[in-house]
Amino acid sequence: MSTPDGVQESRAAWRLGIITPRRKRIFFGLLVVLGLVLPYLVYPVFLMNVLCMALFASAFNLLLGYTGLLSFGHAAFLGTAGYVTGWLLRSVGLPVELGVLAGTAVATVLGWAIGALAIRRSGIYFAMITLGFAQMIYFLAVQLPFTGGEDGLQGIPQGKALGFVPLHNPYALYYFVFAIFALGFAVIYRTIHSPFGHVLRSIRENEARALSLGYDVERYKLVAFVISAGLAGLAGSTKALVLQFVTLTDVHWHKSGEVVLMTLLGGMGTVMGPSVGALLVVAMENYLTGFGDWVTVIVGTVFVAGVLAFRRGIVGEALHLARNFPF
Amino acid sequence: MTAPTATGDGLILETRHLTKDFRGFVAVSDVSLRVRRGTIHALIGPNGAGKTTVFNLLTKFLPPSSGAILYKGEDITHERPAEVARKGMIRSFQVSAVFPNLTVLENVRVALQRRLGTSFHFWKSDHTLQVLHGRALELLEAVDLAGHRDTVAVELPYGRKRALEIATTLALDPEMLLLDEPTQGMGHEDVGRVVELIRRVAADRTVLMVEHNLSVVADLCHTITVLQRGSILAEGPYAEVSRNPQVLEAYIGVAE
Ligand SMILES: Nc1ncnc2c1ncn2[C@@H]1O[C@H](COP(=O)(O)OP(=O)(O)O)[C@@H](O)[C@H]1O
Ligand SMILES: [Mg+2]
Repeated sequence: MSTPDGVQESRAAWRLGIITPRRKRIFFGLLVVLGLVLPYLVYPVFLMNVLCMALFASAFNLLLGYTGLLSFGHAAFLGTAGYVTGWLLRSVGLPVELGVLAGTAVATVLGWAIGALAIRRSGIYFAMITLGFAQMIYFLAVQLPFTGGEDGLQGIPQGKALGFVPLHNPYALYYFVFAIFALGFAVIYRTIHSPFGHVLRSIRENEARALSLGYDVERYKLVAFVISAGLAGLAGSTKALVLQFVTLTDVHWHKSGEVVLMTLLGGMGTVMGPSVGALLVVAMENYLTGFGDWVTVIVGTVFVAGVLAFRRGIVGEALHLARNFPF
Repeated sequence: MTAPTATGDGLILETRHLTKDFRGFVAVSDVSLRVRRGTIHALIGPNGAGKTTVFNLLTKFLPPSSGAILYKGEDITHERPAEVARKGMIRSFQVSAVFPNLTVLENVRVALQRRLGTSFHFWKSDHTLQVLHGRALELLEAVDLAGHRDTVAVELPYGRKRALEIATTLALDPEMLLLDEPTQGMGHEDVGRVVELIRRVAADRTVLMVEHNLSVVADLCHTITVLQRGSILAEGPYAEVSRNPQVLEAYIGVAE
């Protein structure tokens, strides 16, 4: 796989001093402040939806952008975790934190199982194996009794965070979700910028060379896959909590495609790209519901236009612009 | 230099009847190679002779169809490639193998990083890698690349990329280096630099190299193995091999 341009742009931005540690701190500080006040300006459920999908796409980007692996089955992790969390909260009555943790844990284990087989192949074969497994998960979701089949799992109780904060209050729920997102995002950010992340980058850049330097590339890919699956699961569990339902759409291959789309649109291999892509796609799906089935067409058109006009993704292009007009 | 001895002592690498069959096409046929510790050993032969395939077999990038590979007396025929690398046998590639979008410093650092034992630590900051910068710069110094530490590898001219590749290989302090056409595509000046570099690093290491440039081979290598259509045609010191009529016919015919 050739190196995605967003990667080159964000590296150049660091090198040229467009991104500096100080600017980075200011930027993330502003984001946190924005995240804290935003629910008073924008409909919180919409924001929470964006946060869930942003986490999902960022987890996906860890594989696509930083390891060079295109998974086409990531909905399996999102959906499975959602079902597990939903069922545990509704039918078992677990506390919400445990429900979310359990969903994440199951997605992590599932990631291990699927990843262990998928990483033996690369390129299109890897994508097809992940898709194949995701289709099996979809089949299970249709067949198993506890998922509610076509109806999905409805009426998931939100319970109380830490045993006393009632999460049916949209603001309380929002801050709970925001905290989860921040945590998941921090894990991804750290992973990218860790010794492990540097090995991943070398694998993406030149797998044979990484191997010849003594790195067991398959084991590194597997760990990346498991982290990515686990965090996709965290996004799915959180989403189940926010929407109070999980349906077959969460495990459908459309969702696996959507996360590819969000990541490419925002800029793969950039830290912020997937979140920007998620914001855009969720906003379109949300505000264009009046167009019915045409939403898919509109989103598709925006995607085609976006990728044609911004080859590097939105964030990649922004960094590229900043490179030519330094500030 | 004397010809390789028949005893096991002094050998760092040995292959026994190594054969590679690509669906009926025998690219490497019954190759028994003996590389003595501390020598520079050349593998030469016309294009398509199977030299790169031999490298791929030795480093386990390809499984052999039959035969055995012994490294430091140990049978590594069924080892995994990363494991072979960790045992100290590091290869380079015929086409330059840098990490294109990493900086020059980062290229070398990736190789150094493994020894910290933190390469799976996804929870640690990459600031912990800075302890490697001193050593990385030393290695870059040795190939005159220290001044380019922050250049992205893809932007280096070809000859400099190959130098970076050698520095990266040396970062692992390998006991044995396999270099696949290290001077290919280089200008005269770069060739001289690389030859000197190989001579220097070979002082306390073993080098097995594929090389087309016969003057480099004559100048640098103790032993030469000539491969033709997958089989060994001749083996010995340059003076001897270069007089072999079969070699003259097969090799010079192509070289002209
Ligand atoms: N993976 C492969 N599959 C099939 N044939 C191969 C493969 N690798 C090499 N060959 C063939 O084996 C022969 C030797 O190739 P190679 O080892 O690259 O030669 P050299 O390095 O000596 O120029 C060539 O004819 C090449 O086409
Ligand atoms: Mg070759």
